[in-house]
Amino acid sequence: MRNPVYLLVALGIGCASAGARRTETANPAARPPASVSQAAAESASVDRAQYPSTYRRHPNPPVLIRNAIVMTAAGQEIRNGSIVLQDGRIVAVGEKVDAPAGAVVVDGTGKYLTPGLIDDHSHLGVYAAPGTDAESDGNEATNPITAEVWAEHSFWPQDPQIPLAIAGGITTIQALPGSANLIGGRSAILKLIPARTVQEMKFPGARYGLKMACGENPKRVYGRRGGPSTRMGNMAGYRSAFSQAEAYRRKWDTWNKDKKGDPPERNLRLETLAEVLRGNIYVQNHCYRADEMAQMVDLAHEFGFKIRSFHHAVESYKIADLLAKEGTSVSVWADWWGFKEEAMDGIQQNAALNQQAGGRPLIHSDSPSGIQRLNQEAAKAMYAGQRAGIPITRDQALRWITVNPAWTLGLDSIVGTLEPGKMADVVVWSGDPFSVYTKAVQVYNEGWLVYDRNDPAHQPRTDFELGQVPAAGSDR
Amino acid sequence: MIAVLLAQTIAVTGGTVYPVSGPKIANATVLIRDGKIAAVGTSVVVPSDATRIDAAGKWVTPGLIDGGGQMGLVEIGAVAGTRDGSLATDSVAASFNVAEGLNPASVLIPVTRIEGITTALAAPAGHLISGQAVLIDLEGATIEQMLVKSPVGLVANLSEAAKDEAGGSRAGVSARLRRLFRDALEYERRKADFNRAQMQPLAAAAPDLEALLPVLHGRLPLIANAERRSDIETALRLAKEFQLKLILAGAAEGWEIAGEIAAAGVPVLVQPLDNIPSYDSLGVRYENAALLAKAGVKVVLLETDTHNARNLRQQAGNAVSYGMSWDQALRAVTLSPSEVFGVADRYGSLEPGKVANVVVWSGDPFEFTTEVDHVIIRGKEVPLRSRQTELFQRYKTLPPKY
Repeated sequence: MRNPVYLLVALGIGCASAGARRTETANPAARPPASVSQAAAESASVDRAQYPSTYRRHPNPPVLIRNAIVMTAAGQEIRNGSIVLQDGRIVAVGEKVDAPAGAVVVDGTGKYLTPGLIDDHSHLGVYAAPGTDAESDGNEATNPITAEVWAEHSFWPQDPQIPLAIAGGITTIQALPGSANLIGGRSAILKLIPARTVQEMKFPGARYGLKMACGENPKRVYGRRGGPSTRMGNMAGYRSAFSQAEAYRRKWDTWNKDKKGDPPERNLRLETLAEVLRGNIYVQNHCYRADEMAQMVDLAHEFGFKIRSFHHAVESYKIADLLAKEGTSVSVWADWWGFKEEAMDGIQQNAALNQQAGGRPLIHSDSPSGIQRLNQEAAKAMYAGQRAGIPITRDQALRWITVNPAWTLGLDSIVGTLEPGKMADVVVWSGDPFSVYTKAVQVYNEGWLVYDRNDPAHQPRTDFELGQVPAAGSDR
Repeated sequence: MIAVLLAQTIAVTGGTVYPVSGPKIANATVLIRDGKIAAVGTSVVVPSDATRIDAAGKWVTPGLIDGGGQMGLVEIGAVAGTRDGSLATDSVAASFNVAEGLNPASVLIPVTRIEGITTALAAPAGHLISGQAVLIDLEGATIEQMLVKSPVGLVANLSEAAKDEAGGSRAGVSARLRRLFRDALEYERRKADFNRAQMQPLAAAAPDLEALLPVLHGRLPLIANAERRSDIETALRLAKEFQLKLILAGAAEGWEIAGEIAAAGVPVLVQPLDNIPSYDSLGVRYENAALLAKAGVKVVLLETDTHNARNLRQQAGNAVSYGMSWDQALRAVTLSPSEVFGVADRYGSLEPGKVANVVVWSGDPFEFTTEVDHVIIRGKEVPLRSRQTELFQRYKTLPPKY
């Protein structure tokens, strides 16, 4: 598996911020993406490029946004701050910056700036609006183990939910398969931009995620069609799959050493799992209950991989110490609970308690509606923590929707903070992003103004919307 | 004697009071006696035996009312045994009143009320005629104690979802409703014939036809779920034909015909944060509530996720963000639902004689920074505890003490 390294080099990813490096050292599983391709080239189970990203940075003039409150997600909140975006990168952040010639100047008076928001749990494009069976492409619910399916092969770039999420300040998503299966398939890490094909949206160099699911959903879906029908059946299912993957990996790694003779036969299912074992694909694990997450940690230990994030994790606060020690992030909602039995113990302080325990919480949406206001969801979770006496800072809460999900996707050296060298993914907010009355007014994705609330020329519309969904502000 | 023992006087003093029925009053007192509001104003004399709640620097409003959801009728969404809000067997469930399905011990009730929602609609769902909705206070050990009004409306579906109950066409839905309404009136005229089995079969069972009569006589509102503009227009047409007292629910594309809805005097229940298009609601948008209100429609704001009915506050804040005035939004979660559900003589504002559902907030009720300091339901302060606060207490330091 070759990654388009040239793009990363062109972006100067090598000079990522010190903050991001600290993040990486904190967890040995985190490596800068450049090394991913190296590792992959040595040991992958396939010797050709697969479904490469065709993402290209949109050409833009430099942009200077000045006199705003700049929330960096890297520790600072700069009053009267300015930022310069050039060639897709943040080149300067601070009270005094030098603007390049020809820069578009945006007056940020009264506005707040944050990094582009990142949702590490979305089903945009795979469960597209208008929500018909024809557009239901998120669960390959034909077998409990479908590691061979890839969300990008379902993703519909004309999903009208995409522009809505962009208008909410989202610049990167992880589009995941659903949770019907024990192992649901590969995720797609995407720049959230208007595009004709998913390939044009694929975040260059990003590792794939592997969706896995605990608990009720696989049991419910397969209980009467061959199993698993119990939680112990779930565990046996993962173990069986990964033990096959171990053997498969050995076969390929041996062949890769000298490439003598015929290569082993490819098995798409085991190929993905072998990449998990090699650390090249991150496990994104839907799991609600604390006791089940502890089981999954053991499973990961048995097969020598890391679970990058527990998703939903409504009970993660009960084992926040264990998860912090394990270096697994928790992707949680601010307040969802009760829609099923394994969600009954959800509490509003979940993110805050994980933060308090030294863990890496983040707020995800899992919802085409919630993705439009991740800032509000983070605000709820932050204030719930503060009211309960947990001193969550604004910077920490902002990290819940920026650099922490970036870390979960392995992209925290590239996006997630407003620091020189980072990709120019920036949101201009009408006010404090933690207020219910605040809206994103401008969204830059790698320097490209993909959304401007005050300019219809920068309000992308999908093909689906043309001629059948009234444009914002129209009266039909 | 018991009544005397329970008599309780509470004075909420010094806050900025939002009576909703009138302009806000700075540094005012709300006096509560025997479950009712006794006085509101700046010159209220506080009796010496009153329990005082110091609300200086705080905001005081009526308890919020969520006009959506299934409070008390659903405990765990995916566990059928805990759901009582839908009659699976009957597509015309007009006689199905949800009241006896209510669970006063539901853990959702404390979770919701400690965030300032004191009253909620408990509405049946599904089918063509879902049944009768009731209004409940989020306090009380028995169903009788919780009920504010039963029924407050008969729920019907004119959205895409109802087509399955009517042969697969929207035109089938309206045709079936018309037949039901006509048969109910026919049944009323010829009860004697019906009882002697001297009538053609009717469109529904006698108890359901009987239950339609208050609606057909304009005594009970028909709460019609309709999203598409044409379906809303059909609902308006039916209401005119049969002289119904109509409440529109959902009304995703209502903004497109806001003037028409206003002219018909029909109130609308709206969830402000709905904006995901479907073929039933291609025109759905955040500005719906504001555009309807601007046209003069009486708007009630909803949070339809029963477990997170507490997010009614966030819904209202976003309605403001997308064009409603703040005062309109507060009214749309207090006095307007009281009017629409026929309890404005008792609920929805801070006025003498009204039921004392009162919330003391640290600030703007719609803002995330705001916390709830006191919740008073029917004149009694409720403890700010829920199953969720207990879970938090148990796990705030690890390992927990079991």
